[in-house]
Amino acid sequence: MENAIEINGLRKKFGNFGVEDVSFTLPKGFIMGFVGKNGAGKTTTIKAILNMLNRDSGEIKIFGKDNLQHEAEIKQKIGVVMDSPFYEQEWTLVQVGKMLKPFYPGWSDQKFNEMLKQFQLAPNKRVKELSRGMKMKIMVACALAHDPDLLILDEPTSGLDAVARDELLEILQSFISNENKSILFSTHITTDLEKIADYLTFIDNGKIVHSDTKDNMLEKYVIVKGGRDALTPEQKALIIGYHETKVNFDGITDKANLKNFPKSLVIEPCTMDELVVRFNKEGRNKS
Amino acid sequence: MNIVISNRSDQPIYEQIKEQIRSAIIRDEIAENEMLPSIRSLAHDLKISVITTKRAYDELELEGFIATVHGKGCFVLPKNKEQIREYKLKEIEQHLTNAITNAKMIRMTSDELTQLLHILLKEED
Repeated sequence: MENAIEINGLRKKFGNFGVEDVSFTLPKGFIMGFVGKNGAGKTTTIKAILNMLNRDSGEIKIFGKDNLQHEAEIKQKIGVVMDSPFYEQEWTLVQVGKMLKPFYPGWSDQKFNEMLKQFQLAPNKRVKELSRGMKMKIMVACALAHDPDLLILDEPTSGLDAVARDELLEILQSFISNENKSILFSTHITTDLEKIADYLTFIDNGKIVHSDTKDNMLEKYVIVKGGRDALTPEQKALIIGYHETKVNFDGITDKANLKNFPKSLVIEPCTMDELVVRFNKEGRNKS
Repeated sequence: MNIVISNRSDQPIYEQIKEQIRSAIIRDEIAENEMLPSIRSLAHDLKISVITTKRAYDELELEGFIATVHGKGCFVLPKNKEQIREYKLKEIEQHLTNAITNAKMIRMTSDELTQLLHILLKEED
């Protein structure tokens, strides 16, 4: 299977911040959720994919091609949606399209106009008059107007209301109904991903904590709860994001560990939110 | 064929899809050789991931209910009577086991339980 994105050992440091040893793969035809709290390294990774910063080391391949050697060619095939548009405030939406068109040989006015219509964006509206949801939609319209094979979105749903988020998810799923298209989607809102993501990659403190299919991850881990003296120190070490109060403990663990645990524990299926919280807590427990 | 999934169910989504397509096939709601919705269009309609949908189809294929023709899509295979019987038997066994568990909870004797079964069978006739 061909890969849309392949990152190996990416490193970019800004003093104490940045990313280190970031590696993951997004196979062609799927949606990957890129999850981590603010400052975890999501945007740095995305900027490295787009070659918007000088990385220290590592290799990035897009559709099997090195993103530095084939930069111009690759960028024609990528549509990008960042968290806010960089268009001039006074431009109308028609002007936005006209300004972007020369940069993309694959640009289609017809496609762009169709998207404006579908998103119910008035062509004569000015950028400054747009709501947060409309701004996201005009960015998506521009990203899709040049018929990309890979769509990269950086926190597209933050600040959007539930209706606008649902509309965006619908747009993403329609895009992916063509099996040659792929999406990388960074977010800290897990409910967006719970539904439509095929793959999940967790990043915390500049490092990849976990990358796998969503279904595998949700099946692999379970929530465990019990009395605070229920576990031996060896058993406690098997719990990710261990949290203890005066009366009990909770955390998540690999299902395979359950056979080593006492029967008295409460076991529940894991949710996405729980995964995010626990992997984050584990990072803090260790540091 | 209708497929309605619950996000709050304990049953994994791929299993819900699998079961609903399987019973649609068993009940003849989808005919032999009929084409199923494509994996990607079903994922879109159900608002779930492609991988989850693919897993349901893969397992239905392994169980011999459907076949994938590359580049075309998934088709319903001719029904295998033996296999359907096997599934039904499994289901019956499970329901009876549930009945026994419940009977034990209220200390029902096995005679009382079989009696109840006979009464219910008679009512059906």
